[in-house]
Amino acid sequence: MAKARLIGDRTNKMMVQAMERRAADVRGRVFQITLLVTLLISLFILGVLIVDVVVDAWGVLTGRPGGFLSGTMRSLSGDPKLGVQQALVGTFWIAVFVAVLAFPIGIGAAIWLEEYALKNRFTRFIELNIRNLAGVPSIVYGLLGLFLFVNSLGGLTGGKSIASAGITLAILVLPIVIITAQEAIRAVPQGLKEGAYGVGATKWTMIRSQVLPYAAPGIFTGTLLSMSRGIGEAAPLLLVGAVSGRLGSNPGFFDFSAINAEAFMAMPVIIVEWVQNSGRDPGFAEAAAAAIVVLLVFVILINAAAIFLRNHFEKKRG
Amino acid sequence: MEQAEPEASPRLGLYIDRTMQAAAPGTIGDTVFEVEDLNVYYGDFRAVQDATLTVYKHEITAMIGPSGCGKTTVLRCFNRMNDLIPIARVEGRLDFQNVPIYHPRVDPVEVRRRIGMVFQKPNPFPKSIYDNIAFGPRVCGMAKKKSELDGIVERSLNRAALWDEVKDRLKDSALGLSGGQQQRLCIARAIAVDPDVLLMDEPCSALDPIATARIEDLMQEIKNDYTIVIVTHNMQQAARISNRTAFFTAQLDSTTDQRCGLLVEYDRTETIFSNPSDERTENYVTGRFG
Amino acid sequence: MSDTRVDPAKGFSVESLTANPRQARKERLIRDSLGATALVSVLISGLIIWSLFSEAWTFMVEVDWGSVWDIGWFPRRGIYDIKTLIVASLIVTGIAMIVAGPLGLGAAIYLSEYARPGVRRTLKPILEILAGIPSVVLGFFALEWIAPNVVKTLFGGPAAGSLLAAGIGVGVLVVPLVASISEDAMKAVPMSLREASSGLGARKITTTIRVVLPAAVSGLMAAFIVAVSRALGETMVVFMAGGAAQTAVYTHDPLDGSLPLTAGMTSLARGTDSVVGEGLTFQSLFFVGLMLFVVTFALNVAADRFVHRVREQY
Repeated sequence: MAKARLIGDRTNKMMVQAMERRAADVRGRVFQITLLVTLLISLFILGVLIVDVVVDAWGVLTGRPGGFLSGTMRSLSGDPKLGVQQALVGTFWIAVFVAVLAFPIGIGAAIWLEEYALKNRFTRFIELNIRNLAGVPSIVYGLLGLFLFVNSLGGLTGGKSIASAGITLAILVLPIVIITAQEAIRAVPQGLKEGAYGVGATKWTMIRSQVLPYAAPGIFTGTLLSMSRGIGEAAPLLLVGAVSGRLGSNPGFFDFSAINAEAFMAMPVIIVEWVQNSGRDPGFAEAAAAAIVVLLVFVILINAAAIFLRNHFEKKRG
Repeated sequence: MEQAEPEASPRLGLYIDRTMQAAAPGTIGDTVFEVEDLNVYYGDFRAVQDATLTVYKHEITAMIGPSGCGKTTVLRCFNRMNDLIPIARVEGRLDFQNVPIYHPRVDPVEVRRRIGMVFQKPNPFPKSIYDNIAFGPRVCGMAKKKSELDGIVERSLNRAALWDEVKDRLKDSALGLSGGQQQRLCIARAIAVDPDVLLMDEPCSALDPIATARIEDLMQEIKNDYTIVIVTHNMQQAARISNRTAFFTAQLDSTTDQRCGLLVEYDRTETIFSNPSDERTENYVTGRFG
Repeated sequence: MSDTRVDPAKGFSVESLTANPRQARKERLIRDSLGATALVSVLISGLIIWSLFSEAWTFMVEVDWGSVWDIGWFPRRGIYDIKTLIVASLIVTGIAMIVAGPLGLGAAIYLSEYARPGVRRTLKPILEILAGIPSVVLGFFALEWIAPNVVKTLFGGPAAGSLLAAGIGVGVLVVPLVASISEDAMKAVPMSLREASSGLGARKITTTIRVVLPAAVSGLMAAFIVAVSRALGETMVVFMAGGAAQTAVYTHDPLDGSLPLTAGMTSLARGTDSVVGEGLTFQSLFFVGLMLFVVTFALNVAADRFVHRVREQY
């Protein structure tokens, strides 16, 4: 009897202690919930942003989606031929410049830094320099483009041209390409490299046959992210002259001279343009929202592909 | 490509050819490596001090010793793998068939084509079994035709006693093989470029006893065709398989207060294990230290 | 095979092991080409500094310095009151950090210390999507939604653009940045520290606040500095939602509209005569750009130091 009593007492005591502990940990619970709330606020903002934009754009997107994609800039928001065709053409060509210039140069630089460069002060300087370039505000790249490609080299680039804009944005995303490619190359196991060297591969053969295939998903992820950054960037374009985009002109996709002669446009810039127009003609706010939806579809698709690709390969390689 | 190779013993034909040539002006032709006063530095740190040894043809030479004694470092000098570490520096004489391989005009890539290596952890390429073996012959430009390449792949896998296990799935990924199979694949991959020497850096340390036994059998079989230098931390293994054994130890350098690898004794394996001349060797092989 | 390189007369010699000249040439060519691509980044830095300095120098030499401390920013009329821009930039950056600091840090702590792997795998990509949203989109959102629904409703400000609206917009923009760098810093704290703390009977909250956060403080500083640098350099949100176009009178009221540094530059470029204004208008653009560059550069270097300290510690 007495023994059972004792055990009962002990159990009671333990339960009380456990409950006290739980009560005392209210602070911990509150902390955890506060943290979760901060995270959810960010996600909530993202949700509100997308809903807000889509609601604003609804009329245009459901009313005349085809007309909006093939239409051009107009002076009135009610114009049935209002649309983003010029901006799509411009953004397409900017993407081409980024892919042709920034990707090979960036990946080449990353290979050199990881596989060839001696670990000396010069290499450290180059790496520091690249990290700093990645942090330079985008508008400063716009100043570079304005000074160098529009003014100094205007004869070569055509001044305020799609070429000036494309080169400027290629330069802007170059550090991102280099840094992400470096990380991918650094992750290649030493064993693979030694295995290739061990049977008499030269350095380049080793890189081509082992390093690049292994690092390819990571490098590809980096190029996707930098591409989405490039096509969403507006500030440098404002400075290198994607300003007016003549009303009504409708250049073909591959008609270079026409694109330049008619003052080029780009998706992010047309959004700014229309947001500003909404002051005098509120209907432009809807057009801007519709253009945002078009831009976001591209950007989010590219980003999601990049994130998916990275997670997929991370998991696969453990 | 001049000599057409019969199916039976391709290695032998080559070997006779090679010894005749190498033996021409006053060389004996039975030493593969001659090492004298070899010092290896990583930056300011001296990893190996004054190593002197001779590796003989068609023997298995084992290098044993406690960890940090510099045995792997010495092994990696033999095919200039240390060149991959930018701060590594090698001093002293290291001749391969009477040619100093650290001669400024010698290309490490050419050295590695003649001196193959098998690593501690099996490191198959993330490619098919076939492509793993064919990688070396391809980069060395050894096979001009697909049929020649097929022949090399089959012979190499046969040599490494792996052919029967993988012949039906040559196109499968090499990463799907077991650890022991992967290591034999790596041996086949090294054999495929027809090297003179095989360097093995603790090739069984990541394997279970059964897989280890298979690799040891394999080494016995191929030692008639190749010269093998193996680093092992397993004394029984060295005693079982090797003809000669080099015992390394780590010695505290009183001036720099750093530990430095030292070659204590090098002799026939029986002598090292039964009648060593150095007390440190005796302590190690009898298990009193290590 | 490789033995074709053994000369029968000389036997096996150094010549048997020398590099194939054609192959060696190819290797050198590849190495040098790749090295050249790495140098492009140095060239770019040089060009940035050169373009900023050459035009900014003209401005500094020729400008009447009285006009640089005046009533506001009217570059086309030769009034370049720099404090208008700087104060506006500081206000926007301050508001942005008030928004992004707690939100980003809270999200980072949750993801790093509390979230179960499955939750983390779902939430993190969403945060990364937010990081990828172009700043024009946030500019639109700040002007069309934050201004009427937050600034007007909660603070009684204008439903149109204001420094407050722009600041909140920039804050939302840098939340993912703060979160991701902070999370990296906390993930770098060795598990053994957490285990040691739990082993002494500390609760999770105590471990997090007393052990993990102090250990990660360098990385958290880096996150904060990078975010400030990014907020100072952010252009489109402040240009679209900052509540001023072309010109601005000096103000330090967040509910007013004004021009931060970047918006001042963009406004200049947006005129119909695009930057070919009176006198030093064009050069003033580069002067402002140089100031922005110097400040963000200093911040980035400082952040880099902090990041390196984290790496050295663990």
